[in-house]
Amino acid sequence: MIPSDDLAADPDVPDRGVGGEKAGRRRTSTGGLVRSLRIGAPVLPFLVYVLLGLGIPTFVIVNLAFRSDTGRLTLANMKTVLSGGQYQLGFETSLKLALVTSIIPGVLGTLLAYAIATSKFESLKRAVATASGVLANFGGVNLAFMFVAAFGTVGLATSWLAHIGLNPWNYGFNLYRFSGVALVYMYFQIPLMVLVITPALSGLRPAWREAAHNLGASTWRYWRHVGLPVLMPSVLGCMFLLFGSGFSAYATTEALTGGTIALTPIQIGAFLSGNVISGEQNIGYALGFSMIVLLLVSVVGYVLLQRRASRWLR
Amino acid sequence: MASLVLEYSVEEVPPLVAEPGTRRKIRWGRGLVLVVALAYFIIPVYASVDFALQNNLGQFSFVTLKAIPSQPGLGAALWLSARLAILTMAITLVLMVPTVIYVHWRMPRFRRVMEVITILPIVIPPIVLILGVLDAAPLWLKASPYMLSLIYVVLAMPFVYRSLDAGLNALDLKTLVEASRSLGAGWISTMRRVLMPNLRSALLSAGVLTAALVLGEFTMASLDLWQTLPVWIVNFSGTNPHVATAVAMFSLLGTWFLLLFIVALDRSNSRKRRKIRA
Amino acid sequence: MTIEARTNVPATVESPDAVRSLASGAPVVLEGLVRHFGVTKALDGFSLDISPGEFVALLGPSGCGKTTALRVLAGFEQPDRGRVLVDGADVSAVPAQRRDMGMVFQSYSLFPNMNAVDNVAFGLQLRHQRARQRRARAGELLELVGLSDQADKYPHQLSGGQQQRVALARAIAIEPRVLLLDEPLSALDAKVRAELRDEIRALQQRLAITTVFVTHDQEEALSMADRVCVMFRGRLEQVATPSVLYAQPATAFVAQFVGVSSRIAVTRTGNAVELFGRAVKIRGDLASLPADPLDALLRPEDVEVHGAPSGLGVVTHRSFLGASTRLEVGIGGSTVKVDVRSSDADGFEIGLRVDLSVSARDVLVTSQRPDR
Repeated sequence: MIPSDDLAADPDVPDRGVGGEKAGRRRTSTGGLVRSLRIGAPVLPFLVYVLLGLGIPTFVIVNLAFRSDTGRLTLANMKTVLSGGQYQLGFETSLKLALVTSIIPGVLGTLLAYAIATSKFESLKRAVATASGVLANFGGVNLAFMFVAAFGTVGLATSWLAHIGLNPWNYGFNLYRFSGVALVYMYFQIPLMVLVITPALSGLRPAWREAAHNLGASTWRYWRHVGLPVLMPSVLGCMFLLFGSGFSAYATTEALTGGTIALTPIQIGAFLSGNVISGEQNIGYALGFSMIVLLLVSVVGYVLLQRRASRWLR
Repeated sequence: MASLVLEYSVEEVPPLVAEPGTRRKIRWGRGLVLVVALAYFIIPVYASVDFALQNNLGQFSFVTLKAIPSQPGLGAALWLSARLAILTMAITLVLMVPTVIYVHWRMPRFRRVMEVITILPIVIPPIVLILGVLDAAPLWLKASPYMLSLIYVVLAMPFVYRSLDAGLNALDLKTLVEASRSLGAGWISTMRRVLMPNLRSALLSAGVLTAALVLGEFTMASLDLWQTLPVWIVNFSGTNPHVATAVAMFSLLGTWFLLLFIVALDRSNSRKRRKIRA
Repeated sequence: MTIEARTNVPATVESPDAVRSLASGAPVVLEGLVRHFGVTKALDGFSLDISPGEFVALLGPSGCGKTTALRVLAGFEQPDRGRVLVDGADVSAVPAQRRDMGMVFQSYSLFPNMNAVDNVAFGLQLRHQRARQRRARAGELLELVGLSDQADKYPHQLSGGQQQRVALARAIAIEPRVLLLDEPLSALDAKVRAELRDEIRALQQRLAITTVFVTHDQEEALSMADRVCVMFRGRLEQVATPSVLYAQPATAFVAQFVGVSSRIAVTRTGNAVELFGRAVKIRGDLASLPADPLDALLRPEDVEVHGAPSGLGVVTHRSFLGASTRLEVGIGGSTVKVDVRSSDADGFEIGLRVDLSVSARDVLVTSQRPDR
């Protein structure tokens, strides 16, 4: 792992002495290739690790998604997954959930991030930053339990609301169904949005607002002509991220519902726990493959929009 | 998916200047937003604290809290989670730190590739990854819980990389390395005495986030059938929901306080460093 | 370094219509401005009168209050005390949006989501001008600043100098009564800075807008402004034309901040002071100075040096500056800087004994106490 001592071989370091670079150019292209390999060698362990830990599992999934129980190539699995029955229901519900928990937290998270970023209390910002980090990344199981304590049928918040006649369970809310799961997701999606959008908010230079005011714009017009247009790519990009997050979350829902709700990640979990119908052994892989494709789309969307945003917010 | 986002050091984010001469209306609006958000986020915490301070009959009592240490399986689960966390941090350290430093120093164009690679774990979330792992991994590996650690390293890559990347961006790496080596330090010395101290906050945040990830990871552990702390909590909720909720709450709050502590420690260190420079 | 007051350079008129239609400036009065930030006093009773169409530079070190003064004038800061009057009317309570001033910021103030034309036209858009009309107008202004071929570019595609030109056009587009510039050249490199300096000044003269220009660079201030206002610790030190400011600094701070000054102790003799063995007249009234020991502040070009075997001074240092050479002479416990023509400098070796004499009509003296 320790790089060689030979600085003259480093293309990024200017050559000492005569003839180093010239000699390099005179070498054949294989020589150049060898040199690149030599320089790239120390990152091999990392690449190998990624290949083993990520590449192979992915390959397995992609492969098995298109293989029948006997090993032949087939599209049957994908057809089952995408066209009807519980799997299609799972997809639709997952998509709905991801949409709801990306758009609403997207807007709310931006507002919250703005309120925090413009506050004068440093300690508030610090506490929020760390809390958001925790909630966004490591909430999962713990959140599920906290919400049961709060909004379960005999939860604390439920009883408070019931006191004033607004028991949500009487109005169609069910913690262990879509509405409840969505509510719990907000708990980590909003902090996630706050985390990702705050750097973009800081990219809004005060000079822009002052220049706008100086030229005669009211606050509203500033936001309309400058602030929001500049923020929009970031906000949309982050919503893509939230979409992917809302789609692929498993732990929270599993802990909350015990696997009784029809969502794609839950169905994959059920598949892994052995609830398979014979002849459909590779359904789980087809589900996994579909998720990968969907997430790829959302990540690409995020990356493209972020690139657009960074051009303006530099 | 959420692991793409690393905690942002509040230092790095410059304060957003509020509109000069902010009207009182806007100030009230901002306060209202903060209060509502606070209430929304506090309620589940409060509810679980309340729940944890009850006995089985719903009366106020410390019974639940006192019972925690003696719950069957909790100790083992905690210990397993801790071991996994330590192993994951160790592998991550050995694998990522030299790689990222080297890329920054000798292969700057490769950073793009690194960014793409470290985004991949978002495209392949834990629930999907475990699918492939359980099929592809050899039996002898699956027999050990430490296989989870190996996979957790992949899950942690996005924010470990971004943390180290940001930390290295703040240094003038080439100059530091060349200065150190021109004064006669070998590679190991340079790493130890020059690079590591300057990367302290990046390393700290990467380490803490990795640990928090491992301690809270449920998906892969449960499907791989190992009883880590989160798995224990879910399994135990059938037996005694009060205890399970209490442990879950402590787990979350504990992680938060750990992060706060690390950030505070880092801030006081960097303040000391800044004083010297001034 | 000798600094000459800049004479008015006639500008080449390209588009007379664009020029004629722009309004000229209004008189501005800053009256007794006080502004605290916590315990720091950014402005400590600052007052200034600016005539219509005048170009005033606010010059001083960082923290002297010049940017705060500008921002109070623009309406981005509220003073704790004091008033701002534009064209005779008190605008202290008027919000920034309605003060009708154009401001050029230090850097990166162009709206990133709009190209150059739209940036310049923004103020006109707010005033509900029709799209075609305002684009045409913006085009004229871009031509005025020499950027008509960059009209469709976005800020991130423009260089620093180009961005500031667009910012200038944008500020002028609304036909402001006052033009404010907050260190607009500080973020640019030297060559671009010099070019833009001339262009800004030429433009300002053509348009005759009252202009306030904040800078910490004395060369900029002295070469561009009609009057320079030197500030220190939130107060006005001196406001005068560049040549007067240089030749007759009113306080020790101005003498040492603008140009180079050497400081040497002097003793009183009757109505004058004794310096280098001779009596020299002082600027101002000796009686008005406190009884403390006094220092004289001397410019290098106001001191003459002659070799003398029994001289009181010794040459300790030489710096070749091009046309002139700066000698440092140790004398009477201080060091005095003296400029001589480089062609005459050969005779002055380090270690040579010399005598000094003052060639100016009077010298500026100040108390030896450090705060003055």
